Amino acid sequence: MKIDDKLVEHIARLARLSLTGDERTAMVSDLSNILGYIEKLDELDTRDVEPTSHVVGITNVMRDDRPRPSISADEALLNAPDRADNFYRVPKIIE
Amino acid sequence: MLTETKIFCGCPTAFGAEPNTQTCPVCIGMPGVLPVLNRRALEFAIRTGLATNCAISTYSRFARKNYFYPDLPKGYQISQYELPICEHGWVDIASEEGGHKRVGITRIHMEEDAGKNIHEEKGPYSLVDFNRTGVPLMEIVSEPDIRTPAEAVEYMKKLRTILRYLGVCDGNMEQGSLRCDANVSVREAGSAGMGVKVEVKNINSFKFVERALAYEIKRQVKTLEEGGALVQETRLFDTQAGVTQSMRTKEEAHDYRYFPDPDLVPLVVDEKWIEEIRASLPELPDIKFKRFVKDYGLPEQDAAMLTEERAMADWFEEAVKAGATPKAASNWMMGELLRLLNKKNLSIEKSPIDPKQLVDILKEIENGTINRTQAKEVFEEMFNREFHRIYDTSGRIEVTLPAPKVAMTARQIIKEKGLVQISDAGELEKTVDEVLSASPDEVNRFKGGEEKLMGFFVGQVMKITRGKANPKLVNELLGKKLST
Repeated sequence: MKIDDKLVEHIARLARLSLTGDERTAMVSDLSNILGYIEKLDELDTRDVEPTSHVVGITNVMRDDRPRPSISADEALLNAPDRADNFYRVPKIIE
Repeated sequence: MLTETKIFCGCPTAFGAEPNTQTCPVCIGMPGVLPVLNRRALEFAIRTGLATNCAISTYSRFARKNYFYPDLPKGYQISQYELPICEHGWVDIASEEGGHKRVGITRIHMEEDAGKNIHEEKGPYSLVDFNRTGVPLMEIVSEPDIRTPAEAVEYMKKLRTILRYLGVCDGNMEQGSLRCDANVSVREAGSAGMGVKVEVKNINSFKFVERALAYEIKRQVKTLEEGGALVQETRLFDTQAGVTQSMRTKEEAHDYRYFPDPDLVPLVVDEKWIEEIRASLPELPDIKFKRFVKDYGLPEQDAAMLTEERAMADWFEEAVKAGATPKAASNWMMGELLRLLNKKNLSIEKSPIDPKQLVDILKEIENGTINRTQAKEVFEEMFNREFHRIYDTSGRIEVTLPAPKVAMTARQIIKEKGLVQISDAGELEKTVDEVLSASPDEVNRFKGGEEKLMGFFVGQVMKITRGKANPKLVNELLGKKLST
């Protein structure tokens, strides 16, 4: 996969990051190096290997549908940058 | 889904709580927390899959769908992408040409709901409530088999009926427990393939589904006929104006970068569990419908209405078991019972009258004590009295009640209201004679062949007896007198 300015810009936008020109150039080179390193794995023959989505060999970790106490609105809002009554207050989302 | 708690944490899912009082570090996405799947949510998804003829995946997993929006505290929604829990199903809907039409179901997957945004009318802020964040959802994706807005409504109604039968969803569109996004495309008649698809959102009532889709189809056809081109986009239905409008969201990325959620281990569903769930399924609406037609000899229309709600069907069967003839039970339910329930805005589950009480009234018709008109009066009186007995006088119906015990018999009401029908032939004969001698003109015309005047005579007798005459007897007496 080729990493170029356009792709880095796209990824930055998805992550809500704004990069300067220098930062972007550095990212192109860093990401290319990382991917290049990972691409070494392509040399492996994985025809008979099941794709892994999880590294611990366990399945079906579930809980019963039994309510547990929630935290209070005040506790929940402690980390909120801004609040109005019991709501989180954010910049308006729609025009 | 109708679970008590959220899909990945123990917070309650009750609708209408004070904002941000039903959250915890898991559902508001604090660092370092670990989501754990609600077993019942998985069971509900499997139940739904089995009831809609899906294959249940024995190996399934969750994925992260990444995007930023203020109602999504983690910055990703836990959903399923590859390997959903159910695939390749179908439901049958009533077709417009009569008979059935099969709508394919591509997949059913589980996911968590997002929070709720409230936008200030004026002012630069939106307010966010995370109570709904993490409430378990099932997304049921259908194949492109639906051809008209009416079919879309039928499909939605059928799904709702099935979900309610299964007890996995209350189907309440107003509260958002059942929602719908529709993909709409048009193509030239006879052509293969599908046109450019447009996703229509915000159509959260059956009425709006039909109107929004009809509008969108018309819009697309017009655009193409005028030589324009359609773009793949999301459009919002404006319920006030009745039109769909392009949804311009800021910086929409359309790049969700799904990947398997490392916090949640894969699901392995074994045959044994699937079979246990299958065995616990209720009789489903299609099968119940056929049985009602076959076993009770009901017209299809009656059977369809009675089986739309499981509680309705149960009420009907209890009435029949208590001694009602099926057609009479059906008529009274579709007529008087529904009318009175609607008036009080009650569901059948909260009916103040139980099936035995209906049968009690029907017996008084059968044994000739009252006629049908009087029976309706008794029914309404009993309904209202029971309503006030069970619910407090303010009419609040928040109380969940056990099936009401018979507190009042039809006989009591008949007696109190003096509703006993006149079945005394001697007494009625006097009234009949009175009517006939007061209308010599009509008698002559009747004898001259104007047989529809019979209704007039019966009406006169009923008027004099204030509706208490036994109509069968009145007809007999009139017939006898007028044929001489």
